[in-house]
Amino acid sequence: MTTTLGAYDDVLDRYAPVLGLETHVELGTATKLFCGCSTAFGAPPNTQVCPTCLGLPGSLPVTNEAAIEFTVKIGLALHCEIATWCRFARKNYFYPDMPKDYQVSQYDEPLCTDGYLDVVVGGEAFRVEIERVHLEEDTGKSLHVGGATGRIHGATHSLVDYNRAGIPLVEIVTRPVQGTGHKAAEVARAYVTELRDVLRDLGVSDVRMEQGSLRCDVNLSLMPAGATQLGTRTETKNVNSLRSVERAVRHEVERQGARLDAGERVVQETRHFHEDSGTTSPGRSKEEAQDYRYFPEPDLVPLAPARELVEGLRATLPEPPSVRRAAFAEVNGFTAIDLEQMVNAGVLDLVGETIAAGASPTKSKGWWLGYLVGRANELDVEVSELAITVAQVARISELEDSGELTNKLARQVADAVIAGEGDVDAVIESHGWKVAGEDELIVAVDAALAAQPDIAAKIRDGNQGAVGPIVGAVMKATGGAADATRARELILERAS
Amino acid sequence: MSDSELDAMAGQLDVILSAVGRVQQVAAADIPPTSHAVPLTNVFRPDTAAAGLSAEEALAAAPAAEQDRFRVPRILDDE
Repeated sequence: MTTTLGAYDDVLDRYAPVLGLETHVELGTATKLFCGCSTAFGAPPNTQVCPTCLGLPGSLPVTNEAAIEFTVKIGLALHCEIATWCRFARKNYFYPDMPKDYQVSQYDEPLCTDGYLDVVVGGEAFRVEIERVHLEEDTGKSLHVGGATGRIHGATHSLVDYNRAGIPLVEIVTRPVQGTGHKAAEVARAYVTELRDVLRDLGVSDVRMEQGSLRCDVNLSLMPAGATQLGTRTETKNVNSLRSVERAVRHEVERQGARLDAGERVVQETRHFHEDSGTTSPGRSKEEAQDYRYFPEPDLVPLAPARELVEGLRATLPEPPSVRRAAFAEVNGFTAIDLEQMVNAGVLDLVGETIAAGASPTKSKGWWLGYLVGRANELDVEVSELAITVAQVARISELEDSGELTNKLARQVADAVIAGEGDVDAVIESHGWKVAGEDELIVAVDAALAAQPDIAAKIRDGNQGAVGPIVGAVMKATGGAADATRARELILERAS
Repeated sequence: MSDSELDAMAGQLDVILSAVGRVQQVAAADIPPTSHAVPLTNVFRPDTAAAGLSAEEALAAAPAAEQDRFRVPRILDDE
């Protein structure tokens, strides 16, 4: 079996990728789907449970009206048809993460069908078709004891907390997405980003991937370029950050490409994503070979959303993120390319908040897109998780604008804040970082000119291009504290 | 089976088959199967929290508990 990886772009020169995304969203209702238990995150184990969500004898579920309305709103925002009549279904299985031995879900009668969501990557628009949006109950949380690092394999037993069991969960399933070519990984990420923004604007979920309120399964297959028959797909489960969505697609492209190149076949299976390495590994057949014996849930009556209700909800929909963003770009003077870059890097909100905190639009964009995204990648975290606030970025930007920090110093300040050294002004104070004064600058310029007399001569002869190396030397000598513009002026002055 | 048992069952089977026959007369492609005995739709409750159980109460009937959680046998066998 081939365990090597192909190079992403090489593989996609020869194979066409087909993506599929299943996204689970925990709704932000106050109570669970079928009982009045709280849905608040982080409560002590088994303190948000009742006879209904524990499946105790004699209890009966009653549907939370807000959960139905939220699901309809999601369907409408994704341009779906809303069912006039549909039912919940019982999905039977024997994991202990549901105390009832079944999960109430929807099977062949989802609440919403046939929608789409448009995303833009590299200036190119992609329409991601939505097959269905359905409502189900979330499962309990299992803690596996005795195995390595809490994993299910090798565990001696498991401990279950049912606080999460019964929280309304919406599943949004795309149709196979074709035609993305080399942009497959970026389209996947852009789709989940866009979906997250739509859901947040609707106010139906807090969409916090790190808390599991938005979770993603990534399906991927490859077929030879020009082929029409879909290849065998894998389903990578629980990809829980935007960055990981992109990484999971890249990894599966590289892994499957190498397999196919070696004349092997891709095994249809469930795979697990590993955040640390960005790789996937197979789940076990036992985890997937399931017959859920779905049947209509006898304890719940059918849903028949009235057309007046649906139209009433449609009238409450906020404007789509694309419209809101266009207005934001217009106000702040951003181009369509700026906007796309900020959206897909996941920094648009951060840029907006930094502007609101007092920084200029250009500087705000520059800080996040031009520096902090890169830092986040180096530190292997989501950019929103960087230990720096928008107020701190705005403060650094302000000091840069006022000439109290050079760009180089400003970046050092940002790094120190991220490293946890303290607030902006405290960090500057403790390091004694300040822009080099005129006297200090003159000393550095004279020293640099003296150290490289041949270059100094070129400058005297009017060769402007020769100034660069001297500016570099001055920057180096001052530890980045020199104002480059003033240094340049002084070099021209002092050389002659 | 004894003859008397067979006689009794023959009668019962006849009743069952004729009942199925009657159902078949009315069951047509345009009649959806019944999933619920009561002809109701849209039975909802408002999104208002109600008191549930404490962890002790929730775990009172559990065969085993640990760290305020239900303790269950391992989910997968070893390879």
